[in-house]
Amino acid sequence: MKTIILQMALPYIRFILIFFSVITLFRGHNFPGGGFIGGLMASGAFIFQALAWDVNSSRKTLRTQPSVLIGSGLMMALLSAIPGILTGKPFLTGTWVKIPLFADHTLKLGTPLLFDIGVYFTVAGVVLMFIYTLMEEWQWK
Amino acid sequence: MLALLVGVLSSTGVYLLLRRSVLKLVLGIIFLSNAVNLTIFIAAGLVQGKPVFVSEDAANPADMADPIPQALILTAIVISFGLVAFTLALKYKYFSLSDTDDLDELKELEE
Amino acid sequence: MIALPVLIPLFTAILLVFSNQARYQKIIGVSGAFAIFATSLFIISNVGGKQIEVLQSSNWEAPFGISLVVDTFSALMLVITGFVSFALAVYSLFYIDEKLITHRYFLFFHTLLMGVNGAFITGDVFNLYVWFEVMLMSSFVLITLGSKPLQLKGGIKYLTMNLVASLFFLAGIGILYGKTGTLNMAHLAVILQNDEQAILMNTSTMLFFMAFGIKAAVFPFFFWLPSSYHTPPVAVTAFFAALLTKVGVYAMIRVFTLFFIQDPQFWHTLLLAVAGLTMVVGGMAAASHYEIRRILSFHIISQIGYMIFGLGVFTPLALAGAIYFMIHNMLAKTNTFLVAGHINRLKGTYKLKSIGGLYKSYPLLGILFIIPAFALAGVPPLPGFFGKFFLIKAGFEAEKWFISGVAIFTGVLTLFSMIKIWNEAFFKKGLEEVPEQGLRERLPLRELLPSMMLGAGTILLGIGAGVFFDYFIEAGNQLMNSDQYIQVVLKNFEYVAN
Repeated sequence: MKTIILQMALPYIRFILIFFSVITLFRGHNFPGGGFIGGLMASGAFIFQALAWDVNSSRKTLRTQPSVLIGSGLMMALLSAIPGILTGKPFLTGTWVKIPLFADHTLKLGTPLLFDIGVYFTVAGVVLMFIYTLMEEWQWK
Repeated sequence: MLALLVGVLSSTGVYLLLRRSVLKLVLGIIFLSNAVNLTIFIAAGLVQGKPVFVSEDAANPADMADPIPQALILTAIVISFGLVAFTLALKYKYFSLSDTDDLDELKELEE
Repeated sequence: MIALPVLIPLFTAILLVFSNQARYQKIIGVSGAFAIFATSLFIISNVGGKQIEVLQSSNWEAPFGISLVVDTFSALMLVITGFVSFALAVYSLFYIDEKLITHRYFLFFHTLLMGVNGAFITGDVFNLYVWFEVMLMSSFVLITLGSKPLQLKGGIKYLTMNLVASLFFLAGIGILYGKTGTLNMAHLAVILQNDEQAILMNTSTMLFFMAFGIKAAVFPFFFWLPSSYHTPPVAVTAFFAALLTKVGVYAMIRVFTLFFIQDPQFWHTLLLAVAGLTMVVGGMAAASHYEIRRILSFHIISQIGYMIFGLGVFTPLALAGAIYFMIHNMLAKTNTFLVAGHINRLKGTYKLKSIGGLYKSYPLLGILFIIPAFALAGVPPLPGFFGKFFLIKAGFEAEKWFISGVAIFTGVLTLFSMIKIWNEAFFKKGLEEVPEQGLRERLPLRELLPSMMLGAGTILLGIGAGVFFDYFIEAGNQLMNSDQYIQVVLKNFEYVAN
């Protein structure tokens, strides 16, 4: 799979994938999208790199271990359960904070968003872990 | 039509599961889980051309598809995806230990 | 509050992701297991044998959200799971290689625990499926961890069988949802009680029965268990023996008491027949083997038969007996596996033929073995006797003479195979053999600690049977009268009563 076209196009593909994965992530909640699909797209960016060059360079671009991604993602999801408990409702209850911006736009921030970001990281981490492991074993042979 | 597809998929899946080759086992798992996902879809009632998400002011249940089966299937797909990945890793390991795809070869290995 | 048995293992598992050091992993793993045990004690003291606690997660009312429900049955299972897993975590410190621990043995230990606890507390069918999968994924990893060829072979069998089981379960859920339009167990119970066409649900019931049957290893589906359980390290086997099949039995008891109650004639006869065959086949197979772990694996099967027997008789006393038996079995069965691990450490083998004279050199180990072994065989002051006694009494009361006779007969078989292990491993004259390299000469006391804990638990359960039995009767009553469960879960939901 080491073609020069893919290698050259890689920075653009990576940028587009990650950019749109973030957009999909934030579009989530009330529209199609969300953490799961976003995470898959983000992991796609790194998989392309692993295909175009090799696993090691992809790992270098990622900078951390996939397992760290999984851990932090799960931790975020777990944290999002806590505000519900603190306000006396069952855990995981959605709590929202509204921050007024200009005109009548408000920024709604809430625990479901945190949960979704957690999902995003977890999914990206899990997929990358699978792919890296399988590709590396392929290279041993 | 879909029911027929489920039948074909699941029978192929079972056939592949019963083969001795590990790779075919993986394929069988994929077929079977897709068959089951379609079963959920059919059993819960198919609606054509209606989205799950509607805008807030037009929320009329008749205009919506039932979101629960879709959520169920999504979960099931994620789980089966993880399982398939794990089985593939297992197969690699198996292959590197025994240099074969055949399950019965392993009997000789353990003696 | 009642979500904690799931959240604590999740939290522990997350902490374990971040580290590579064996020392750190050990400390966190064991203290996490202890925290779960402590929480479960707290929960049972809250539930107190009378009320049912419910938690609507995300504050979505049932039947729309996912409810977590703890009744006495669940609480009892949580406590015993916490206790057994704590003992096993301690045991794993000594019996799992450093290498496996750095490969995050404890991480999967805790995710498995999370799946098991989740299955015990959930009040939603699909959620139950998800917990089953969480449990299965971790158990796949645990069973193949270390990847020796034998383990891979056992692992592939285990994986395929359990996967097919989950798919059956999933298909059953799909059909159930298609028919009733709900997934909440209490809501299902309401709908199916008042539905005249409920007999149509038999398709779905059969799929559920097959799925749980495979997981619980009852008669026609048991073959995967002995062919995979003897492959992984003994601590993992003990963990599986204690928890996995019991979760299958738990799920079966739950669905057959709560919402699959139409057409009882057919289902209870089927359950009784399956139970009888499971008991006899398991017992016979155990009597014919000479490898400790295989004997014990077949024992698991024969004892699953007793629990299904309790479900098939379907009276409060029988269910209470089944639950009591389940708990006793988790304690005693785990302990026998642990002792098998000790024997292996001393002699380097599991084959009874080449072990002997252990009682002379290690009397303490002998005592530790005899407690769970006699408990399983049903010798009076120990809990196995009471469990069987209640079950058989219930069987006689319900005038199921034949199956009760089978149960008594299986008790004799169990006694026979336990005495076989005892005679061969402990009383037989020691063989004159050249000691192999790398075997231990003696066992330090601290390595025996988990076995002692479990043994003490067994004795306590036996001697205190009179005291504890109120709990079990209450659990049986709650299962038989699902009204309380339904009312608590669907508190604010207007459902048509008739």
